[in-house]
Amino acid sequence: MTQPVLSVRDLRVEFATRRGVLTALDGVSFEIARGEVLGVVGESGAGKSVTGSAVIGLIDPPGRIAGGEILLNGERIDNLSPEAMRKVRGKRIGMIFQDPLTSLNPLYRVGRQIEETIRTHTDLSAKAARQRAIDLLAEVGIPAPERRIDGFPHEFSGGMRQRVVIALALAAEPELIIADEPTTALDVSVQAQIITLLKRLGRDHGTAVMLITHDMGVIAEAADRVAVMYAGRVAEIGPVAALVGDPLHPYAKGLMGAIPSLSHEADRLAQIPGAMPRLSAIPPGCAFNPRCPKVFARCTVDRPEPLVVGSHRVACHLYDASGQAAA
Amino acid sequence: MASPAPAPALIVEAPPSRLARFLDSDLLANFRRSKLAIAAFLATVLFIALALLAPVISPQNPYDPAQLELINASLPPLWYADGQAPFLIGTDDQGRDVLSAVFYGMRLSLLVGVLGVLLSGFIGIGLGLIAGYAGGWVDTIIMRVADVQLTFPAILIALIVDGVAKAVAGGHMEANAQIALIVVAIGLSFWVQYARTVRGSVMVEKNKDYVQAGRLIGLSAPVILTRHILPNVTGPVFVIATINLALAIITEATLSFLGTGLPETMPSLGTLIRTGNRFLFSGEWWIVAFPGFALAGLVLAINLLGDWLRDALNPKLQ
Amino acid sequence: MKPHIALKPVMSPQPDYVQVRDLRRLFDVSRPWLNRVIERQPRQYLRAVDNVSFSVAKGETLAIVGESGSGKSTVARMVVGLMPPSDGEVTISGVSMTDPRQAAERRALRRRIQMIFQDPYASMNPRWRVDRIVSEPIRAFGILSGEREIQGRVGELLTLVGLHPDDGKRYPHAFSGGQRQRIAIARALASEAEFLVADEPTSALDVSVQAQILNLMRDLQDRLGLTYLFISHNLAVVRHMANRIGVMYLGRIVEIGGGRELFTAPKHPYTRMLLDAVPDLAHVGRQRVPVQGEIPNPINPPSGCTFHPRCPFANDRCKAEVPVFRDGVACHAVEEGRLMPGGVAAVA
Repeated sequence: MTQPVLSVRDLRVEFATRRGVLTALDGVSFEIARGEVLGVVGESGAGKSVTGSAVIGLIDPPGRIAGGEILLNGERIDNLSPEAMRKVRGKRIGMIFQDPLTSLNPLYRVGRQIEETIRTHTDLSAKAARQRAIDLLAEVGIPAPERRIDGFPHEFSGGMRQRVVIALALAAEPELIIADEPTTALDVSVQAQIITLLKRLGRDHGTAVMLITHDMGVIAEAADRVAVMYAGRVAEIGPVAALVGDPLHPYAKGLMGAIPSLSHEADRLAQIPGAMPRLSAIPPGCAFNPRCPKVFARCTVDRPEPLVVGSHRVACHLYDASGQAAA
Repeated sequence: MASPAPAPALIVEAPPSRLARFLDSDLLANFRRSKLAIAAFLATVLFIALALLAPVISPQNPYDPAQLELINASLPPLWYADGQAPFLIGTDDQGRDVLSAVFYGMRLSLLVGVLGVLLSGFIGIGLGLIAGYAGGWVDTIIMRVADVQLTFPAILIALIVDGVAKAVAGGHMEANAQIALIVVAIGLSFWVQYARTVRGSVMVEKNKDYVQAGRLIGLSAPVILTRHILPNVTGPVFVIATINLALAIITEATLSFLGTGLPETMPSLGTLIRTGNRFLFSGEWWIVAFPGFALAGLVLAINLLGDWLRDALNPKLQ
Repeated sequence: MKPHIALKPVMSPQPDYVQVRDLRRLFDVSRPWLNRVIERQPRQYLRAVDNVSFSVAKGETLAIVGESGSGKSTVARMVVGLMPPSDGEVTISGVSMTDPRQAAERRALRRRIQMIFQDPYASMNPRWRVDRIVSEPIRAFGILSGEREIQGRVGELLTLVGLHPDDGKRYPHAFSGGQRQRIAIARALASEAEFLVADEPTSALDVSVQAQILNLMRDLQDRLGLTYLFISHNLAVVRHMANRIGVMYLGRIVEIGGGRELFTAPKHPYTRMLLDAVPDLAHVGRQRVPVQGEIPNPINPPSGCTFHPRCPFANDRCKAEVPVFRDGVACHAVEEGRLMPGGVAAVA
């Protein structure tokens, strides 16, 4: 098997607060291959954005990576100096955030920002960098890029701005792109355009994409594999069709049933009682046990470790052959 | 009949009391960590205690002419050879104990300052609420008046108010009336900052859905303003009030120093500094220096407290 | 326990419980007066809502769906009376919401109309305890007197929405988003409302919690015979909740129809585009040609049919003439028979 682009092993992130240490991520492991889109899905507080921040080395104090390792093409990047990490961020990992305005400097023409990124990370001449920027803008679907390259961010619409951000993220030909809720701020009709673009570019450039979102619909369409996170842990990870069609973890099952669908009518949506626990009150054992319809004694004591079940990897005692009979 | 959604897993516990919530608040934790804030707070409390307890702890009543003996006039502090008990830091030219005068003066300065802040807060918060909620031309008029007033220094406004009132009163005024007058002068000079801050907060709050929900059940504007909006805009007001207390005390002292403030028969710290100033060159430095130290210390302590409060309540500044 | 807020469920749907006729709302977006004079610019208006008409039968849910800037929230605020319309009329239960002659009737009706807001963090006074928040409408309308009765009623309401009566003793910040939305619903029901306008009630919530709130709203509708005007940008949520759906685009309703028809045989090209664009669980790995273009600036909308720049079926008439709303849709192509319901354009 070829080496994955990103490999996260047993990642643990803690935040020291006045009221004690909060564990935001606990034993998170996953891999992303070349050209693959991994969807990371979860509700607010699940730790999906913290995972993204950890990978790009942007966990600010009082938070810290307290354990595990992050490997980018086989090299550890979680213990790099801030200076070295900054180079990795621009060059080897591209970033796309929810609000395109936060990634673009409003005072610079968009072309200048893309050219700067290109020239910082490659040895292209100014002229070649400009040509490359125009090509990138064309590639992300901006009409008349030769002209638009000299526009300011505020002259672009929301969807077009997000395209510029994608071009910016691609500028240094990164190995990995982290997209944190890239479509959440956009209108439905524009969302689809951005998802399609992201998916195509990942494939064409052989870039690994980590797509973080709360929207299962977006994941279903864009991702190759999905990781479902809950309370700072990965509950289940597997190929998108398998996970959407046949989720194993009771939380993943509940989540899929809770989403109203366009294609069929349900009289009642499946609902998971309660809400995600606060970080300060994560229950012992399996974090999902107070909300789980299939909870049994062991769940409240033992923390489930990820088990390989078919094409899935699921952290649930129901699938532990040595334990209780599967329900 | 379908049953409603099952009750969420909610641990029903006794709600924490107000005191418990305060003790657990981030504000208090921040306070405990800041040595400067603790020092400023202790100093402020000390000054207030001295001012409140002035009649109890002062060796004499400096306002009572019967207690003044000219024999004791112009005594230096105790550590000088000529010093005499009980005049710890000396006496002035009329035999008045400087320490007692400072305690009583501080009492007056604080009283005028607090009343001035209350008055300016009342005017400013009221006008700010009205301007922010009503909007339109009401807002325009109030805020234009505020803008114009801001182009004059506060001390000038206070001088004008004081001058006009004295002219109307015809020169002679009771001491209590003078205190009231200076409170009004300060109140009218410092309302703008409250009004602007409150107006800004109101404009944010009035569009929040809890205010809309209040409108939907037919609450009137005054009810919405006092019941819902006011309690939610008071945070910044406390910061301004603390910082303005120091400003108000300085303003009163300045007015008194210029001779338009409190009379010599009822001296505040500013009046003490003005009268004491005359003796500076004759070597009786203690008459002016100690009221000066007291004023500086008081204002510094309150200011440091206000600065800390502002930073603690506004995390964005950190 | 049957709470006494249960209104008699209405057996036969009363047609046109809510009637909205030719509703229009302009917003003045002009520069300040001095700038206008110096730069010689005229006043500028944004037509947030233009000629919107619909009706809602008693006990039914009408959903209005649209993207940002479509004017759907403005419609909600006008219907509920938080914002006066520039033109047009809203009639609820036979009482005009604008006619000054019906002020007394309107006051009596006031408590029957309540709203559920989008952001459950902003919709309640953070300094009040939950019992005070929920009881405020009861006190404001003088529905009950006596502290014990009121507290008892608050307990019933909290139980009704799936909370515990003791939750009333806590402050809003102690609750999660979904629980706060339950409190907001309890408050809306406290005045014995029968018509609830819900403006994106679940868009600030996580999906598993959204399901709880949607289920709760449907249960309450069944139990209490409530009528809903449900505003959302989420087509799947709308489909789950609504009997009928109106689709808005740039301030106008372009299509209105029964839930099932609208989803299986959409008429208006914009509805089709939306249905096609929404990412959905059922479309794992879907390859598609995404829709082009974005919503134009509502201050300066396109001429004629405002959708024409993005519409694959637009012709010269669409660019010039505003389509009339007829048979549930406002589209020249449909009217001329160039476009058949459900999909493909008719062969010319």
